[in-house]
This record gives sequence, structure tokens and C-alpha cells, in this order.
Amino acid sequence: MSTPTQSPESRTPVQELDTVVIRFVGDSGDGMQMTGSQFADTTAILGNDLATLPDYPAEIRAPAGTLPGVSGYQISFSSRDIHTPGDQPGVLVAMNPAAVKANIQDLEEGGILIVDADAFTPQSLSKAGYKENPLKDGSLADYRVFDLPITSMTLRAVGQTTLGARAATRCKNFFALGIVFWLYERPVDYTEQWIRDKFKANEEVARANLAALQTGYNYADTTEIFTTHYRVRKASLQPGTYRKITGNEATALGCVTAAVLAGRPLFYGSYPITPASEILHELARFKNFPVRTFQAEDEIAAIGAAIGASYGGALGLCGTSGPGMALKSEAVGLAVMTELPLVIVDVQRGGPSTGLPTKTEQADLFQAVFGRNSECPVAVIAPATPSECFSMSIEAFRIAIKYMTPVLVLSDGYLGNGAEPWKVPRLDELPKIPVNFHADRETFQPYRRDPRTLARMWAIPGTPGLEHRIGGLEKEDGSGNVSYDPLNHEKMVLLRAEKIARIADDIPEVKVLGSDSGKVLVLGWGSTYGSITSAVERLRARDAPVSSAHLRYLNPFPRNLGSVLRRFEKVLVPELNLGQLRFMVRGHYLADAVGLNKVQGKPFKISEIVRKVEEML
Amino acid sequence: MAETGGAGTPEPPKLTRQDFASDQTVRWCPGCGDYSVLAQVQRVMPDLGVPRENIVFISGIGCSSRFPYYMNTYGFHGIHGRAATLASGLKISRPELSVWVATGDGDGLSIGGNHLIHCLRRNIDINILLFNNRIYGLTKGQYSPTSEFGKKTKSSPFGTAEQPINPICVAIASEATFVARSLDVDPVHLARTIERAARHKGTSFVEIYQNCNIFNDGAFEGFTAKEVRSDRVLVLEHGRPMIFGKSRDKGIRLRGLDPEVVTLGRDGVTEKDLLVHDESAPEPTLAYLLSRMTYPEFPVPVGVFYSVEKPTLEEILVKQGEEATRRLGPGDIEKLMRGTETWTVS
Repeated sequence: MSTPTQSPESRTPVQELDTVVIRFVGDSGDGMQMTGSQFADTTAILGNDLATLPDYPAEIRAPAGTLPGVSGYQISFSSRDIHTPGDQPGVLVAMNPAAVKANIQDLEEGGILIVDADAFTPQSLSKAGYKENPLKDGSLADYRVFDLPITSMTLRAVGQTTLGARAATRCKNFFALGIVFWLYERPVDYTEQWIRDKFKANEEVARANLAALQTGYNYADTTEIFTTHYRVRKASLQPGTYRKITGNEATALGCVTAAVLAGRPLFYGSYPITPASEILHELARFKNFPVRTFQAEDEIAAIGAAIGASYGGALGLCGTSGPGMALKSEAVGLAVMTELPLVIVDVQRGGPSTGLPTKTEQADLFQAVFGRNSECPVAVIAPATPSECFSMSIEAFRIAIKYMTPVLVLSDGYLGNGAEPWKVPRLDELPKIPVNFHADRETFQPYRRDPRTLARMWAIPGTPGLEHRIGGLEKEDGSGNVSYDPLNHEKMVLLRAEKIARIADDIPEVKVLGSDSGKVLVLGWGSTYGSITSAVERLRARDAPVSSAHLRYLNPFPRNLGSVLRRFEKVLVPELNLGQLRFMVRGHYLADAVGLNKVQGKPFKISEIVRKVEEML
Repeated sequence: MAETGGAGTPEPPKLTRQDFASDQTVRWCPGCGDYSVLAQVQRVMPDLGVPRENIVFISGIGCSSRFPYYMNTYGFHGIHGRAATLASGLKISRPELSVWVATGDGDGLSIGGNHLIHCLRRNIDINILLFNNRIYGLTKGQYSPTSEFGKKTKSSPFGTAEQPINPICVAIASEATFVARSLDVDPVHLARTIERAARHKGTSFVEIYQNCNIFNDGAFEGFTAKEVRSDRVLVLEHGRPMIFGKSRDKGIRLRGLDPEVVTLGRDGVTEKDLLVHDESAPEPTLAYLLSRMTYPEFPVPVGVFYSVEKPTLEEILVKQGEEATRRLGPGDIEKLMRGTETWTVS
């Protein structure tokens, strides 16, 4: 990969770093998500390990220059294996006073603050609630501040184009990106190509953005404002082909792959909802694959259509978030009663009700496991990282088809939007998903079960001689006829429960990271994996008697979970809720688990978990 | 994505209506209008030439929604109001199936109203039979969204305070491509209407006035009773002037934007003055005008109000898939996994 202009190495001393955390912040109209993801893409291609945390408001464009309108994108990249987007940014790139105000408390002491000095007008200072200009009153003395006239330099850089001043000003994010690219030795060419593709239809805009990017880069290179620039070497990842992937992309891809592995078409029923909509956007593009997407009139129609498709032999899939999940619960019950395979991905967000649509939370665990009328068990699984959304989507369909059951996948906003490098598997490395439609008249009964898995026979419309009726009324064991017989009902309730319980025989045991026994076990599930793992690695490096275990299977639990819990004196369960897994673990195993709970719409910092474990040691 | 589960079967012998009766005992109240609908559907089925295994009846909740249990086809008794959603997903993924929805005025227009209108506008090729008895029967007699204003029921002892909804108007406003009405008490007309619905490509909507002899007995008797029917019901026939009456001497004429009842031969009125039914007009203006005609001011129109051909949703999706495959080649999953930008670690 070529670097533009001269190599910066010739002029400025280079400092090697092992990990860098940068946060780009600005107005929600400033293009910060785009800027951040461009930095992430280039960083991925350079071979660093990385993790990202987009953090944006629910309003598309809150009033410009105000605190509620601040949008951010944090990226951590490293020469070693990392698990989180970092606790504290070491670099903050802020496009206006509101962005400084909303984020400065997170910047580490001595960290780099790059601001657009042009944006610090009396008006925007007052919009952000600053009485004094923080660039002048000494309040930023703990940081290395670079107040650069980014807007006016951008306007000069794009001066040759015919864009008006307003449109030209919009290029300032690329100017800032150019500066940061230089600062961390990243080439601009990937982003250049991206700009050319993105603004194909509008060459003038493309030219202006390219000029801003290049000028920003050159500015950092030629002026002597930055006395140092930084190098982060490639991470030593396992050999293979890699790409950057977000959790939602990985979910979409995993589900299409499951369809290919099963040799059945995928049907995705969905109603747009943050933060799950990207799954719909992704799948809607895959028109040359056996994929049908259906943007339904509401959440209920989305799952109804998916159940209808499953009934017909397709892989029925829904994606949603908490409020949508709530609307779907009656239909999940129908899928439980009719024992049809179905996968529902809940990309959790802050709640209840509309809650914090763009922020992450893990508080739908109870809803997933218990949130339906009557005894209504389903399998519940949860990916731990963005890229794991791929393999867990395949796993969800494997379980759904083998056990003829709905499977709920608990992703969340942090996983769905977060990105990391992913080693792309080969198709032949992935497990096949066998699908057996019943076709034999002699042996067919709609509710006749496989003696091992207890799955009922799946006979799809179009199969001659197997015409039968299913539905939400209680069914007689075997025949599937409507039955109100009290003992049959109890038998069926028990069978449905036992079917889900038996999945435990078919899933991996939970692994312990660290010693097999000891003083503290940190037990987690879902997206807290990165913070927990980093915290435990940090503590174990100091020989602390702490281990961790991470659950990907929430219902049923892995067979060995009880014995793992008993081998530790104390169990800590960090969760982004008020203790839902802790409650379940206590109920199942009478384990005296302690909680570390946070509901701020943000992931755990590594340091928060470290501190809590230290208290317990 | 077409499924060919039934492919390879030899030419099936001609079926009879008995072949479409399941082994389940029909459990509607004796005298219920639903029996008539079931009988006519079973009568029409053999004539459609669709193999029994390719027919699916789907329903929601309510008396009419027990329908699938009595049909010896594939059947899915769903949850309240959601039959159209199940049917949509099934038909989109299995376009070769003949998919039917049995619903009622509560199931289809109250709890499932949203799904009904969206199903209609999408023009998915499914057949919707809406049994309208203007009452909640299964929950024992509350008013429904089609109950007439002021109706006294268990849940409206002082009379309802709500205006009823008109299913045909809803269907037309929802861009339905086939809209019809028939009567449980007119088996011949009912069978003919069901058959036309089945043969229509796109969503077919058939409202069936159906008597609930337990909770709303005689709801339609004022115009459906044999002795008055020909005077109070207008049978719509495409291309024919709108004539009704025992002696075929009454007709519908347009005055300004309003229909009026006229008598042929009186005041010089001849057939030429009458409205001529055009079910396939490009705009459903006439269909809507007819849908607003209610007894006793007007005879109640039955038959096909509107029937036009438009591409179905599933056809369009198949085309998009073919077009994408032509342009991009058949989907290569490994290529898709690699995405646009990869790098190699060795």
C-alpha cells in the first residue's frame, strides 16, 4: 500500500505504541460515523487488531451544536489481540464545543485533543453551555490540545471546486481524518477510493472531499504542529484471510450461510427498528441468493410471515430489538406450539419502552427466556463478539431445525454496530445443517417425535398424502388433533420443556479461562465478553486467583455450568442490566452469585470489572 | 426459491368434494352459516385442478377460523388476526401453493385490520374469505367492527357508540385487485364467487354475509330472505346493466355522483339509462360507489365489485432475483463472506 506524498518518517520522530484509542466526535450531521468507520477500514487493512464503538443519538439531526446532537465513533487498534474498543480514548478529535463538552471527561490525562478552532464561536460555545472558551481559560491544561482552523483550511482546500461554502464546509471531517491518518501512519488511498465510489454520481463533491482529505494529511505532514507521529505495528493474528465486520453484518451473513448449509431458502421478515435495521439492509441486497426479505407492516406481521415461511420449509428468520420482541411474543408462542423452526435475533437496546434506541443494554434476557404466556420454552443463545454473530446465527438455525423450535439470539447494539477483524472461514469448514422433510405416509403423524431430540416430524405443504392441520390449540400427542384432555396437556407441556432441556446434550460445555477453580469466577454472557476477558487477563497477569467463563447458551445452560460454579469461592456476574443472569443462576444452581450491574447504555469499562474483582479478592 | 414438494406425482384422479372433507367432526353451532361456506368451498375445490397437497388453508381465531380443521388439505390455525401474515410468508416462499385465508369480521377487520390492508395492497396471490356475521361469536356475543351503529350486545347494553366499518370499502381503499361479496344463503352464487376468487391472480377478497344464528340471528335476513332477496339484492354482472327485482323492473341510475333506484318503464326510464357494471375499470370508482349502497335505501350489491390484473408481489420478487442473478451471477457464498475488502495474514 502506497503512502501519499513523502513518507512522514523523513521529518518527524516516530513513537511506537502498542494500542491506541481514538474517538471522533461532532454533530450528528458532521459525518463522524463515516469518518470513524473509514479510519477503522484502513486500520483493518493494515493488519491491526481493532474494536469499534459507534455511539450516536436517536435523533437524526438534533439541533446543531447542542449536546444531545453529539455523535461519536471510538476505535481501539493494536499490535496485539484486543477485546474492547478501549476504556478511555487517548485521542479525541472534536468538531465543535458541544463535542468537547460531552466527551472531554473521558479523555485520558495527557491525551491528544484535536479541535476545529473555527467552531469555537461565542454562539456555539453558548449552545454547548460554555461560559468561557475552554481553549483559552486553561481548563484543558491536562491535555495536549491542537486547536486547528479545520473549517477555514477545508474551505481553502476545496476552493477550486464550485461547491458553495455550506457544502464545502461539510468536507471538514475528511480534513480531520487526513490529519489523523498522518498522525498514525495510515495511508489515505483506501478512503480515496471509497470517496470516488460513494460520490460517483456527484464528481464535484467527490473532488472536494478528496481535496480535503489530502490537504489535511499534507497539513499535518508539512507543518510542525505535531512533533511526533505514531506507529502501531500489525497484530500477529492467526494466518488467514480477514475482513472487518460488524455484528449486524455478521448476523446477516451467518443466516444466509445457514441457508446455504441447509440447502433451504432464507426468509427474513422484519420491521425497521434500531439497532437491528442493518440486518434487513444487508439481506435485502442478497437478491442473487436464495433469500427473500419482507419488510412487514409491523413486528407481528414480520414474525407471522417468518412462521408461514418456516411452515412451508424455508428458514424463517426475524430480526428486531426489545420493543419489537415484546410485540412478537404471542407469535413466538405459536411457533412453540406448532413446533416449527424459527430464529429471532433481538439486537437489544436500552429500555423499557422506546428507552434508549441507539444505546446498548442486555436487559432482554428475561424477556427472551420467560417473556411469553404460559409454559413456553425456547432456546436462547448469545454471541459474545461482533464476528461471533456469524457462527451463532448458523448455530441458531442448526438448533431450530434439529429440535423444531424457535431460537432467540440475543445480540445488542454494541455487538450489532461494533466492528472487528474477522477471519473469513471456508464453506467446507462449516457444519452442514441437515434438513429432513417427512414424506412417508405410513409413518407420518404430525406430532410424532424423534425419540432422542423429541423434535416432531416436519412435513411441508406440497407433500402428497401428508395433508394435516396444525395450530395454536393444544395438540394431542402423536396425532396432532386438537385436544382439551387435561393429562394430554400436561404431557405436552412437559414434552415441550424436555425438548428444550435436551439441547444441553448437544452444545459445548462452558470453558473456563484461567484456573479451573479458585477464589473468583467472573461469569458473563453476550457482549460483555471483551471487557470481562480483558479484565481477567489483566488481573491474572498480576497472579490474582480469578478466572472467567462466558455463556453463549442461556437456555438451556451448558451441562457443566453448575459444577464450574461450585469450584469457585465467589461468582461475579457483570451484566448491562440489574442482574438477570445472576437471578437465573441463583435459581438454577442455588449459587450465591454477586452482580456488577450497569445500565447507562454503554458497555463495561475493563477497569470497572477489575475494580469489582479486586474488592472481592 | 420455488419448492417442488409435489413434483413427480402422476396425474391425480379427479377429486370430489368428499376428498376435501377432513376426518374431524365439524363443531360449529347447528344452523350456522359457516356450514354453507365450508360446503361450497369443498364443492369448488375439485374444479380448480390444484393437487390437494398444494392447497393450504390458514386462519386466525374466531368461529370461522376453525375452517382449516375441516378441510382435508394442509391447514394452519394461527393466532388472532394474523392469518394474513402467515399466508403472506408462505406464499412468498412457496408461490406454487394455493393459499387461502379464512377470517371473520373481528379477526380480519379488528385485531387483524392492519394485516388485511397491507396484504391487499401487496397483491400476494392468496384468497381471503371474510365471514362477516357482524358479531363476536366465539367470545359469545360482543359487538364487532361491522356491527351496525347502536346495536345492543353484551358489551354494548345501551347500544354501540361506534360507526361500523365497511369491508368492501376497506378492500377497495387498500388497492385490492379482486373484491367480491356473496351470501351464505345463496350457495350457487357463493360457489361461483369462490371459484372466481380462486382463479384470480393476486389477492382476492370475498366478503361473505354469514348468519350467526346464536348471537346475531337474522342480521341479513331483511334482504337475504328468499321471498325478498330478488327485490333487495343486486347481483352484479360484468358488462350488464344493473337490474334487479322480482320482475326485473328496477335498476340503478347515476344522478350526478350518486346512484338512485329507478323503475324501468316509469318516467321514460329504459335500460339504456342504467349503470352498466364494469368490474375491470382502471379506477375502482364505480366499485366504491357500489360498495356504499346499503339496505334499505338500496338493494345490497353482491358479486364481483372489482377485478383487475396486476403483478403479484411474489412474481416481482422472483423477477428481481432472476435479474440480480443475471447481472451478478448465481450467489457465491464464499465471495459474499469475503465482502469488499480483505487482507491476508500469513
